[in-house]
Amino acid sequence: MSIKRRDFLKIVGYGIAGSIISLGGGFIVGRGSEILAMIDKQGEKKGVKWAMAIDTRAFKSEEDFEAVIKACHQAHNVPNIPDKNREVKWIWVDTFERAFPTAETEFISEEVKRRKFLLLCNHCDNPPCVRVCPVQATFKREDGIVMQDMHRCIGCKFCMAACPYGSRNYNFYPPREYLASMNPEFPTRTLGVVEKCIFCYHRLDEGKMPYCVEASQGKMFFGNLNDPESEVRKVISENIVIVRKPELSTKPKVFYII
Amino acid sequence: MYNTGKVIVGIIVFIIFFTIPFWLNLGKVKALPKPELPKDETKCVEDTDYMRAYHMQLLHEWRTRKIRKMQVYYMNHEGKLYIMSLQRTCMKCHTSKEKFCDRCHQVVVTHPDCWRCHIAPEEVKK
Repeated sequence: MSIKRRDFLKIVGYGIAGSIISLGGGFIVGRGSEILAMIDKQGEKKGVKWAMAIDTRAFKSEEDFEAVIKACHQAHNVPNIPDKNREVKWIWVDTFERAFPTAETEFISEEVKRRKFLLLCNHCDNPPCVRVCPVQATFKREDGIVMQDMHRCIGCKFCMAACPYGSRNYNFYPPREYLASMNPEFPTRTLGVVEKCIFCYHRLDEGKMPYCVEASQGKMFFGNLNDPESEVRKVISENIVIVRKPELSTKPKVFYII
Repeated sequence: MYNTGKVIVGIIVFIIFFTIPFWLNLGKVKALPKPELPKDETKCVEDTDYMRAYHMQLLHEWRTRKIRKMQVYYMNHEGKLYIMSLQRTCMKCHTSKEKFCDRCHQVVVTHPDCWRCHIAPEEVKK
């Protein structure tokens, strides 16, 4: 059977039109899977390791500490419990000898000894609390934040015993009864779970700085420890910094500028 | 058997008397829960049928993704992005826990403990 020239051209035309349409369709579909992959990969932050540096020279008055603590505790609905043995705190203030018990020597400057230090969870690179948790309620994220899954915590307090910095607190009292005001954007905790600072992971994931860093007005620095250009790295390299209890090799990621 | 007629009638009356609620309500559903839907929003994150059947799985997945997989946004079937958060996304439209969540949960006798930690919109203290 022979084919007419006209029919042949028609067939070729259809072929070309079809391939253009399928090319466009394939491009759109390919783009769709790209978007899907983007959604799936939004959590993968390769090479990020968050760290904080606190300029202890800049914190002078009670108000300086107060502003930072208030910003954190209000935003995260941390209860204000009067019982000092069973209080709940995410960020707090203590003396040199209590913050750095092994760094204390007899002849250290009196001025440093008298300073107060802002303490919080150190988000250790080698966190002992994570190792002891029997239900994996506390774990280390890829970006180095030591996180708590409150849904999973059974309140066994192993992590409190493991933490050498006293960063963890158990809810001995129903936390809601000790809240003056609530931030509707963030949950509270419940009776019988352990809580601590979470490095404001929810803000970091959305590209914002932690509440304490914002409230400190330049006295605290935050950034990616793996990025040599980041603010923390610069501050750490330009100043003398110490960490809490380095001999335990937990590798804390909160640095204190002395 | 003595008094056969009376006994059988008695048994029938007894059965009818105790099954009256079933006969009266046959084919009708009366205690249907009526959750209050948001007025200015017509579409939920996924379609209504899906949400009705699988909202618990969705919330569970959001929790895992947000806390363990470091993700922030959820993309629905239409390609729209939502922040994965009970308090910041769900409860922005469903402005009342009592009028929405509780209405069904009470009928089906389910008591999830979400609200022991999460703050229901009506609980917010100023």
